[in-house]
Amino acid sequence: MTTAGAGLLAACVLGLAAAVAGVGLPRRARAWAVGVATALMALGALVAALAVIIGDRAFTARLPSVLPLSGVTIALDPLGALFVVVAAVVAVPVAVYGVGYALHGPDGRAFHAVVPLFVLSLLLVPAAGSVTTLLVLWELMAVASTLLVLADHRRSPAARDAGQWYAVMTHLGLVAILIGLVVFAGHAGGESFAVLRARGPHLSSSVRSAVFLLALVGFGSKAGVVPLHVWLPKAHPEAPSHISALMSGVMVNLGVYGIVRVGWDLLGGGPRWWGVVVLAVGAVSALFGVLHALVSSDLKRLLAYSTTENVGLMLIGVGAAGLFAADGHRTLAAIAMAAALLHVLNHALFKALLFLGAGSVLTATGTRDLDRLGGLARSMPVTTATFAVGALAIAALPPLNGFVSEWLLLQSLVHSLPSTSATVAVAMPVAVAVVALTGGLAAATFVKALGTGFLARARSEEAEAAHDPTVAMQVAMVALAGGCVAAGVAPTVAAVPLERATAVLGPLSTAVAFRGSGSSLRLNGISGSMSPAAIAVGLVIAACVVLGMLRAVGSPRARRRAEAWGCGRTVQTARMEYTATSFAEPLQRVFDDVLRPDLDLDVSHASESRYHIDAVRYRHGIRDAVDTGIYQPLLRAVGGWGRWARRVQNGSIHRYLAYALVAVLTVLVVAR
Amino acid sequence: MRRLARKIARTGRVTEPAPPLAYDDEGCPPAARALRGSLQVRHVDAGSCNGCELEVASAFGPVYDAERFGVRLVASPRHADALLVTGPVTRNMAVPLVKTWGATPAPKLVVALGDCALDCGVFRGGYGVAGAVADVVPVDVSVPGCPPAPEAIIVALRRLTGQ
Amino acid sequence: MTVGDDAVAALQVLVVTGSAPLLVGVTRKVRALLEGRAGASVAQPWRDLRKLFGKERIVPEHASWVFGVAPLVVVSTVSLVAAAVPFVSTRAPLAGVGDLFTVAYLLLVGTVALALAGLDPGTAFGGMGASREMTIAALAEPTVLLAVFALSVPARSSSLARIVAATLAAPHRAVSVESLLAFAAFAVVVVAEAGRLPVDNPATHLELTMVHEAMVLEYAGPDLALVELGAAMRLVVLLGLMASLFAPWGIATTARPAQVALATLAFVAKVGVLGAALAGFEVFVAKLRLFRVPELLAASFVLALLAVTVSFFLA
Repeated sequence: MTTAGAGLLAACVLGLAAAVAGVGLPRRARAWAVGVATALMALGALVAALAVIIGDRAFTARLPSVLPLSGVTIALDPLGALFVVVAAVVAVPVAVYGVGYALHGPDGRAFHAVVPLFVLSLLLVPAAGSVTTLLVLWELMAVASTLLVLADHRRSPAARDAGQWYAVMTHLGLVAILIGLVVFAGHAGGESFAVLRARGPHLSSSVRSAVFLLALVGFGSKAGVVPLHVWLPKAHPEAPSHISALMSGVMVNLGVYGIVRVGWDLLGGGPRWWGVVVLAVGAVSALFGVLHALVSSDLKRLLAYSTTENVGLMLIGVGAAGLFAADGHRTLAAIAMAAALLHVLNHALFKALLFLGAGSVLTATGTRDLDRLGGLARSMPVTTATFAVGALAIAALPPLNGFVSEWLLLQSLVHSLPSTSATVAVAMPVAVAVVALTGGLAAATFVKALGTGFLARARSEEAEAAHDPTVAMQVAMVALAGGCVAAGVAPTVAAVPLERATAVLGPLSTAVAFRGSGSSLRLNGISGSMSPAAIAVGLVIAACVVLGMLRAVGSPRARRRAEAWGCGRTVQTARMEYTATSFAEPLQRVFDDVLRPDLDLDVSHASESRYHIDAVRYRHGIRDAVDTGIYQPLLRAVGGWGRWARRVQNGSIHRYLAYALVAVLTVLVVAR
Repeated sequence: MRRLARKIARTGRVTEPAPPLAYDDEGCPPAARALRGSLQVRHVDAGSCNGCELEVASAFGPVYDAERFGVRLVASPRHADALLVTGPVTRNMAVPLVKTWGATPAPKLVVALGDCALDCGVFRGGYGVAGAVADVVPVDVSVPGCPPAPEAIIVALRRLTGQ
Repeated sequence: MTVGDDAVAALQVLVVTGSAPLLVGVTRKVRALLEGRAGASVAQPWRDLRKLFGKERIVPEHASWVFGVAPLVVVSTVSLVAAAVPFVSTRAPLAGVGDLFTVAYLLLVGTVALALAGLDPGTAFGGMGASREMTIAALAEPTVLLAVFALSVPARSSSLARIVAATLAAPHRAVSVESLLAFAAFAVVVVAEAGRLPVDNPATHLELTMVHEAMVLEYAGPDLALVELGAAMRLVVLLGLMASLFAPWGIATTARPAQVALATLAFVAKVGVLGAALAGFEVFVAKLRLFRVPELLAASFVLALLAVTVSFFLA
């Protein structure tokens, strides 16, 4: 058996063993056993995926007996292997973190049994080689994650609500994917991906477009694009933090994987408007997500909206790649797709890190509200340092990994001009402007999250009493932070895997994206190079020179710690610090029309006079415009229709018997 | 904008020529020598009637131009070398004045400006007055007058910068 | 004998560091002259910095390591940019860093570091300065990147050395419509990023009108010296970028010492002229209230968008 096969088999066996251990073992051993087994399972899958990438050969296997009627087909090619690597690289630290988290969070048998199954499904979805395999694994992933979102339902009504929304939306997405893929398979005459790939380009364009749009809707809802994102900010905050890390860092990537796989591999690429639609969806998601992240003062909700923003950036890359491929610019298309895939990896790393940090804060202080946190740099130094690495990475600041994928994306967008196509000439500047604005707003968002949440003074007693979490949790966060730094300083390691992954996609397959020569990234065919290692080394040298100069020239006096100046106030309390809400207020005012905040000001006067005020009540809130504008009216309409239908189905047995009589008579009349 | 440009052209320089520096080694506090020609000043109104403030504004204005001697007004005591304190120290301003002095990094100086800062002036014995500036923070340079003329303020500041 | 690439990079850093306080002195002098005063000598900021390095260093009691690290980050990033941008020579001393996007993001690193340092002491004004600074930086980003886009189209690359070489090779491009539009947009961005009027008043004492000053109210001694030096170097770098991108004549294309020396003088002269022009302009404008600044930045964004569109149509 090949390495890849062995790795995947080991992963499946370990996953099932972990699930059994989660059910069977006593409480103290449960968390350890499940954590270790899950980590080993991820490592097994990682080995399999690396074997596929390094060998540049797809691994296929067919197991007719596992599922009735259709059997299971496994086809792991470099594109899928890349996503497996991403999933595994996040799953290992998350599994280690889960060992420590079990002391604070849910640790029941059901929870520990479902977690390995969820991770297993995340590892296997990119390896699916037929429609049924994909759908079965997809449903396994959906059910497992729903159960995990509901893990805290006894303590929190919000978790119940979140679980409901998530269950409904993920299954509606599944229905869209199901219809699309079944139509595809029906027209192509077979359900394995090899058959679909062969027949896909030859189908009629209306069928191809229908399949593409259904896949975009279904996989897009899993990825969390606007307007199908409403479950994200509800479900991710309520799930246990390491599950949120997996969901945000890995599961949404599978939505992007589905779009890329169906659109540009199985269907073989399409006309220009496919790329434009994906680009537009990505741009809207990016802006909407970052704006809501900016004004959110719940740490995990902020991170969830930030996931929508990053998925938008990935889809901008995918859409641009599709647009360039349709126009025949294969090199540029390959670079754009490589940027999107690299962003998938980078986002997984820093988003998981941020969620694990948020989980540490939540277990230490009991609150996610940034307006009540603060002062954690003193009491939780490891968490603060790793969260800072994650925040700077997600703000796309050099020399960390977010900057590398952002730079690649911008290079691919910028080199599209001069071009003969008017679509490109309009779309590219708009895309660059969107990427730039989201980058700037993301920097502001994460300065807010890091600055108000972790620095300065504690704003509440819970924040004052915080301390760093257990060793397992700290190790996981430090590992991911190290991954972010490594991916930032040495991204050339990813050059070959990205090239092999994009080579799988038909329309891009003859182009080579970029080469890593030594420490710098050089783009193929267009002039541009960037060396993150040089930036890092340059910064370190500059800092050392400055420090040396300070020592030589500086004051011989010792450093004095003194009360903050604060303009000579006699009493300075934590109440005088800027809060997260006030930090975001100027930008919220600028984007007033998009965010439409709810402002409620209630002034009650004393009975004697209008000039004496008794109490002032002020409420300020920002609700998701898509939620209030599309989903709530839809739900109200469905509810109204249900109330109308209740008149028809009102519980009276006489009426039901009458219906049955009418139905039988109709059938008799019609069947004559 | 054109009107402003014409006004600038017509007005030209209005700064009075600087009198020769009467440099007197005794009058220069040791802390000032460490500053070597650069003095950042933070003005603190400890309870003055604003008469001295008008003179300070005039001293830093175009006619007397204290900036050409290396003196600059700054917003935060952390950026300052000297505190320019005016007025008698009222009860409400006693603690903030001490805090301001504590917030200033060493080497630091205090310049007490005006008769009120020196010995409470006309407000001596008032119910709201806590004392002269020297009763609250150590004073290095005193500039008497009610209010002191801008030339006197400039002389005191020049002694500190040596320009 | 030629000047090695590393030597050019070091020379650029030294020139930028040394001329930064001088530029601040020049802007203050020009302002003073237009106000009818004599003003301090042009070398006064050097004396101020020398004194600050000898003063006591104070750290607020609730601040963390971020407070001490931020000035280092500000000066380090701006020094790296100074070493990488072709101010004096196009031989691209640090090819891996001399990309216009990289430079823009490196300057953003400095902004973020200072914003975090403003939040760290836990004072209200520090938070206010950080919030305003990030608002302006976030809204200026689209203009910056679109201006970079417009400049990289004629040169087919966003590498600074190539853009400068392309403009040197085709001087008429510097006065083309797209270049002028990009210049106008870039000028607004320089004013916003460097914190000058009408976006921010560097000499204000009223905390409610501060943006950059508010973030550094708690800094003292050597930390303050680094922060002020960093801000001054940032201004030199931004004006130098403007000069290199839109008026690159004088930049050395070979490594001969005579050419490099001449290029250094040309750089200092260009930055001096631009700085004096900026100071003169500041005398005639008042500071915009914070909620009018987005309108200004939106106008510059439209100019940059026009620049890109024009470059497509005229290409």
